[in-house]
Amino acid sequence: MNKKEPLFHIVKRDVLPWYKSWGIRAAAIVAALIVCGIITTITTGLNPFKVYGSFIQGAFGSGRKVWITMQNMSILLIISLALTPAFKMRFWNIGGEGQVLVGALATAACMITLGDKIPNVLLILIMTVSAILAGSIWGLIPAIFKAKWNTNETLSTLMMNYIATQLVAFFTIVWEVPKGSFTVGIINQSTNAGWLPQLFGSKYLLPIVIALLTTISMFIYLKYSKHGYEISVVGESEKTAKYVGMKTEKIIIRTMLLSGGLCGLAGLLLVGGINHTITTTINSGQGFTAVMVSWLAKFNPITMIFTSFLIIFLERGAGEISTNFGLNQSFADILTGIILFFIIGCEFFISYRIVGRKKGDK
Amino acid sequence: MFDIVAFIPRAIGQSVPLLFGCSGEILTEKSGNLNLGIPGVMYVGGISGVIGAFFYEQHCAGGNMNGFLAIMIPLLCSLLGSLIMGLIYCLLTVTLRANQNVTGLAMTTFGVGIGNFFGGSLIKLSGADVPSIALSRTSAFYSRALPFASKMGWFGKVFLSYGFLCYAAFIIAIVSAIILFKTRKGLHLRAVGENPSTADAAGINVSRYKYFATCIGCMIAGLGGLYYVMDYASGVWSNDAFGDRGWLAIALVIFSIWNPLIGIFASILFGGLYIVYLYIPTGMDYMEFKELYKMIPYVVTLLVLVLTSMRNKKENQPPASLGLSFFREER
Repeated sequence: MNKKEPLFHIVKRDVLPWYKSWGIRAAAIVAALIVCGIITTITTGLNPFKVYGSFIQGAFGSGRKVWITMQNMSILLIISLALTPAFKMRFWNIGGEGQVLVGALATAACMITLGDKIPNVLLILIMTVSAILAGSIWGLIPAIFKAKWNTNETLSTLMMNYIATQLVAFFTIVWEVPKGSFTVGIINQSTNAGWLPQLFGSKYLLPIVIALLTTISMFIYLKYSKHGYEISVVGESEKTAKYVGMKTEKIIIRTMLLSGGLCGLAGLLLVGGINHTITTTINSGQGFTAVMVSWLAKFNPITMIFTSFLIIFLERGAGEISTNFGLNQSFADILTGIILFFIIGCEFFISYRIVGRKKGDK
Repeated sequence: MFDIVAFIPRAIGQSVPLLFGCSGEILTEKSGNLNLGIPGVMYVGGISGVIGAFFYEQHCAGGNMNGFLAIMIPLLCSLLGSLIMGLIYCLLTVTLRANQNVTGLAMTTFGVGIGNFFGGSLIKLSGADVPSIALSRTSAFYSRALPFASKMGWFGKVFLSYGFLCYAAFIIAIVSAIILFKTRKGLHLRAVGENPSTADAAGINVSRYKYFATCIGCMIAGLGGLYYVMDYASGVWSNDAFGDRGWLAIALVIFSIWNPLIGIFASILFGGLYIVYLYIPTGMDYMEFKELYKMIPYVVTLLVLVLTSMRNKKENQPPASLGLSFFREER
């Protein structure tokens, strides 16, 4: 039987010029916003333009709102940057959540046990070191498994998240104030021991500055350092890396130490700089969101500024419409989900093109 | 005194959502799709059933409910909801070849959002004072035990006291094991998961197998959400109540080394571990240790994952192409 040639087939594209690929992405975002508007109108009966208006209100409505948007953005950005070197190596570190949590836990432990006993400068130093160390260890464990026995890292880092969550839950009850409340409360509220310093009198500035510094160093590290080069070779092909004599085990372990350590740093900022308390949900799933932020930016640290902004903008905006119109906060998740689907889907049209069946050659 | 006759039904009740999720995810992963969206799918499965049941209860408010419809409407709604989720996942990862991890995580965000948003809206619609919605009439049909269960003492309690979805979970697990390991279709499916290029060369339609396995897997997983609301929680939906069971189901897949039959026993074990902290006498002074006991399933899963990769036995490994999308013209 002579099979007919299919109606169309798919061909891999050459690399598109950057303006074309970003054009496709922008089109996808616009399409997603239209779909979101339609869905908003259907489910809530609101005028979509009003809803978009409140989106912008929520993210930039007042000076304080702008600062909070920037602060949330920097935390998400740091976590995304932390995951990026691992992703570039094709090591799917889904464990950002757990690595941030143990970093936060280590910070809180230092603040509670050492607060007021040692000078504040020393305390903050110890907090920083232990947070980074805790995060690194949490990243190191799956890395060793991967390097030694090729254990599936997506699944092992996922498990590490829940182990970290339960660990935090355990210590929350150990430290709970008052007893039986299941919350730690504000740590060192009267003495402010171990609270990270304010920069130029603004409590929002510190994470933002750290995020900017991390972005620039990560960009340089990945693009211009020998380590960065090794990471991308391992990511492209482990066999090639082995062939040219790179020690892949060492690279995997080193990169995950870095990745986990940076996540730990985000934990430090969350506890020491922003919340001054610890809960199991302190990170509110940002370890997972960061996976998407990093991937959407094609693992480019500079682009990540925009993608993390996009996600936080949606979150803050949807939060605003849920308070303004009496909706439930989860509406943000639905909208984020839809926009992500569109952006994820549009990548296909950047790397492939569809060729229709030519007329005449049936 | 530890009451084993009371413990087992509760452990099994806990295990059923996990088993649904696990069987569904095994089918999916055997086709090479690592669907991290399962937690979201289970939420959607649950809420779709709740929506169906809610409107049917409203429709016959006051009057009698037809038992057949009371079961079929939520069931079909739930299946449809999770099927749509499965189709979204397949469209993105199989047809558009997107990254599976990212798609899965986005699906989880989306699905949990759908669950909590519509849950919240229904709560508002029903005008209840408590932040939950009770569908006790529908639930009564779902959790109806076999009629002679109460007459058979401990045997009835341990084996016969469950709603029909519980038995369905076990049957589905057994059937999917048979399909996977004993039929030609199953062989093809496993071939697709192990090495799609070879399967393609052998004339197997890779995309079709991936679509079918993932969508059916999602529908099975969605039933776990439905069971949780309608039977385990006696028809009470409250936001976020389903918790992290979806992730635990993914853990269970590894624990049962991609075999639904082991999944049955593993899910009961996990169900037991999930509630065992309720039975360990810690007293009020040592509440914190309960949190450590809750860690056990995850630690054990991690150990199993590491041990299977250490022993490196061929049949215990994850499907070789797990997490990769297939493009015929590559290589």
